[in-house]
Amino acid sequence: MSKNVLEFEKPIIELEQKIEEMRALSDSLDISNEIGKLEKKVNELRTSVYKNLTRWQIVQIARHPERPYSLDYIYLMTENFIEMHGDRAFGDDKAVVGGFATLAGKPVMIIGQQKGRDTKSNIYRNFGMMNPEGYRKALRLMKLAEKFNRPVITLIDTPGANPGMDAEERGQAEAIAKNILEMSRLKVPVIVCIIGEGASGGAFGIGVGDRVLMLQYCWYSVISPESCSSILFRSWEYKEQAAEALQLTANDLVKHKIVDRIVPEPEGGAHRNHKEAAELLKEAILDELKQLEKADPDKFLDQRIKKYSAMGYWEG
Amino acid sequence: MAWFKRTKQNIATQEKKELGEGHWIKCPKCDEIMHKKQWENNYYLCTKCDYHFRIGSEEYFKLLFDNSEFKEFDRKVTSKDPLDFVDTKKYKDRINDTIKKTGLYDAIRNAIGEINGKECVISAMDFNFIGGSMGSVVGEKIARGIQRAIKEKCPYIIISKSGGARMMEAAISLMQLAKSSAWLAKLAEHKLPYISVLTDPTTGGASASFSMLGDVNIAEPDALIGFAGPRVVRQATGKDLPKGFQHAEFVQEHGFLDCVVNRKDLKDKLYQFMVYMHDKK
Repeated sequence: MSKNVLEFEKPIIELEQKIEEMRALSDSLDISNEIGKLEKKVNELRTSVYKNLTRWQIVQIARHPERPYSLDYIYLMTENFIEMHGDRAFGDDKAVVGGFATLAGKPVMIIGQQKGRDTKSNIYRNFGMMNPEGYRKALRLMKLAEKFNRPVITLIDTPGANPGMDAEERGQAEAIAKNILEMSRLKVPVIVCIIGEGASGGAFGIGVGDRVLMLQYCWYSVISPESCSSILFRSWEYKEQAAEALQLTANDLVKHKIVDRIVPEPEGGAHRNHKEAAELLKEAILDELKQLEKADPDKFLDQRIKKYSAMGYWEG
Repeated sequence: MAWFKRTKQNIATQEKKELGEGHWIKCPKCDEIMHKKQWENNYYLCTKCDYHFRIGSEEYFKLLFDNSEFKEFDRKVTSKDPLDFVDTKKYKDRINDTIKKTGLYDAIRNAIGEINGKECVISAMDFNFIGGSMGSVVGEKIARGIQRAIKEKCPYIIISKSGGARMMEAAISLMQLAKSSAWLAKLAEHKLPYISVLTDPTTGGASASFSMLGDVNIAEPDALIGFAGPRVVRQATGKDLPKGFQHAEFVQEHGFLDCVVNRKDLKDKLYQFMVYMHDKK
């Protein structure tokens, strides 16, 4: 069994392995009947487990170490991706990747936060935590796309912006603020896709757009459940409770109109089938792009003001 | 002969001052004791060391607007509780209790008035309303402040004092970063100046949106300004932070503020910047 199995996945994966073992035997024995029964059982089990996931369990799937990351989606969804580096001022942030690519024959600018898969690559990618130069690289690429009238697609997957001393010195707050402002007035369509973790300002620094898509098993909020627990309850122990209180899943966010569309994941989560996950996301992006293609470039700011102004609950 | 000789008649203990309740203020930095009136007349600064005490929207409006005259608008916008959020307390109760305690309706107030005869709209934040946190109401009131500035064709000023986004409104708070910033983009389209005044503290969601987006960014001396709070940075780096880290002078030194301005000079500086950038009225 893979070592990256979540607690609630265990019974499903054990059954699947049993089926595999029986298949291996089926050459010499006729046990197709039993296999069929087991398959039915595993399907039922999977459906029932995944139908009743708690918010905390969804957070765990969003962080699954075998989940597809930005570069996986980019290579699976697009052709001829050319990665472009650097902010032309300070350096190249490895926690974010971006460049031109061809999506179903259409030229696009695609930018995504990138995590690593093991310790070494995670250190290289800084765990997907961007620095100011990363936000500035992303903005440079978005402005380039605007100049040549190419739509922008961003992929969000970050535990947060880098909270280090150097990031503060180089203006983490200003970098994120600037991106949020500039993305609100970009004169090309912007499609935002949350593909894993969407932690606060760090995520939102590439997260303002015309359409916000969210994969089925992701989380997106102003703070991680752990940090929320430590601040509001003065202990890390209440993360499950905090996850519930924050209402951070795709279903929750559609209700509050923060997310426009939930992109379904393969059964059992995107980590079970990267290719299918990428196909489902690609389909959704293409569908949204089609609707945005005819938009008047001078109307984007007003439309985004309208969209974001409607988010909130107040009286008076 | 005694080994030690008392040179002064009495042991020099500091004279004990009887502090009448509410009449005296002690500077947390240099321990100077001031009479409240003296302190108020000194822009709420320490009379000895210039320590900038945290003050609220009411004090800023009175200090900045001519003759302390201003018109507040959209005062009674209050937050709903869309998530039925409960931590150690129900969010609904937290809001109602804070309204009762502070007499404020949320963490920001809007007012229009004149600074040295120049009309402008100011949105000023209040830290004592749930840490100056930004939720739906702060986003909405900034939007309305900007709309008013556009309508009156006058400059817009935000005085920031905020710990960041309001956790009890979760992702909805996060969206206020875009709401306020997009409206600032609209203000820019109208070529109206936006001056951001960053006061102690300005961190998190505020600094990662409107507070850092001024045509001019001004801070008060020694104000804490940053994205991640110092506690979080210390935790992340595992090191003690250098003296002055994330304070106004440091932030200016790193290129993110136009100037650090003593509160005594704030009104005149705001006026000068406004007329440098804006002709009419």
